[in-house]
Amino acid sequence: MKSLEELMAIKNKMQNKVSVRTSAGDIRVVVGMATCGIAAGARPVLNAFVEGVDALGLGDKVQVTQTGCIGICQYEPVVEVYEKDKEKVTYVKMTADKAKEVLEKHIKGGKPVIEYTIGATQL
Amino acid sequence: MDELALYVLDITMNSVRAGATEITITIEETDDTILLVISDNGCGMTEAQLSKLSDPFFTTRTTRKVGLGIPFLKMLAEMTGGYVKVESVHESVSEEHGTTTTALFYKNHVDFIPVGNMTDTLVTLINGSPEINFTFIHKMPEGEVNFSSEEIRSILGKDISLAEPEVLAWIRGNIEDQYNEVDN
Ligand SMILES: Nc1ncnc2c1ncn2[C@@H]1O[C@H](COP(=O)(O)OP(=O)(O)O)[C@@H](O)[C@H]1O
Ligand SMILES: [Mg+2]
Repeated sequence: MKSLEELMAIKNKMQNKVSVRTSAGDIRVVVGMATCGIAAGARPVLNAFVEGVDALGLGDKVQVTQTGCIGICQYEPVVEVYEKDKEKVTYVKMTADKAKEVLEKHIKGGKPVIEYTIGATQL
Repeated sequence: MDELALYVLDITMNSVRAGATEITITIEETDDTILLVISDNGCGMTEAQLSKLSDPFFTTRTTRKVGLGIPFLKMLAEMTGGYVKVESVHESVSEEHGTTTTALFYKNHVDFIPVGNMTDTLVTLINGSPEINFTFIHKMPEGEVNFSSEEIRSILGKDISLAEPEVLAWIRGNIEDQYNEVDN
């Protein structure tokens, strides 16, 4: 069982890091989680990003957040990636597997996966 | 949607949007029924809003024309022989405002869908609203699973968000462990 001692250890580790955390260079991954998104499969996408950021040790640099309806329901699940001084990248019709790929290549590697972006997708 | 846990996520998002700071989700299973209760201390609904709730074309959203949440849940519950009941007190009526949605399902009915991944649903909710106090209780004939944001926060202190990936990973592991223990 994941014990409270482990949670305490996480706390102690984080407390030392909190002061180092800066907003410069941060990446924000935003997943659309309204009814339309949930129905289209946004939950596994969100969880793939949350778990992947932890597994890749990117927690200091990357924030995974949620938003309501982005207004392009037919493209759900939709994921937007915001990075300082860069243009927003919008991924559409996402899956957990695509999320893992985006994490590796874009979030970690710095190169957007063009084929999953809204510009590359035909309706 | 093919998991009850996804409906729970969707209905709980209503509570989040209503500005709730306390949200309690309880699931009580017997061998043939599931009673789901989601209650919040959000803004609540007026009598007029409440009466329109089962109408799939009613929503206070501005971004989308059709509200699907509650009618979906109602359809699923009624298909299995159960029901959905929504009770609400609007903030203009009382300080004790909030909404309680109760749903009963007959889980052996052919139209019922699996409970599904409640862990993913909880982690999603906590990631989206780390400041909200979520209480989760899932009682099954074989045992129960519990989660409380407040309990985690009392250990972490107020400076560390429950949405930190490492914290969420711990929460995920803890809830999964509890479910595994019930299964054994
Ligand atoms: N827990 C709640 N607290 C306050 N208002 C609610 C709650 N649940 C539902 N409502 C109201 O009922 C409306 C319809 O809800 P729902 O059927 O889930 O559709 P949607 O969320 O897409 O609008 C919401 O827009 C909101 O105004
Ligand atoms: Mg809703």
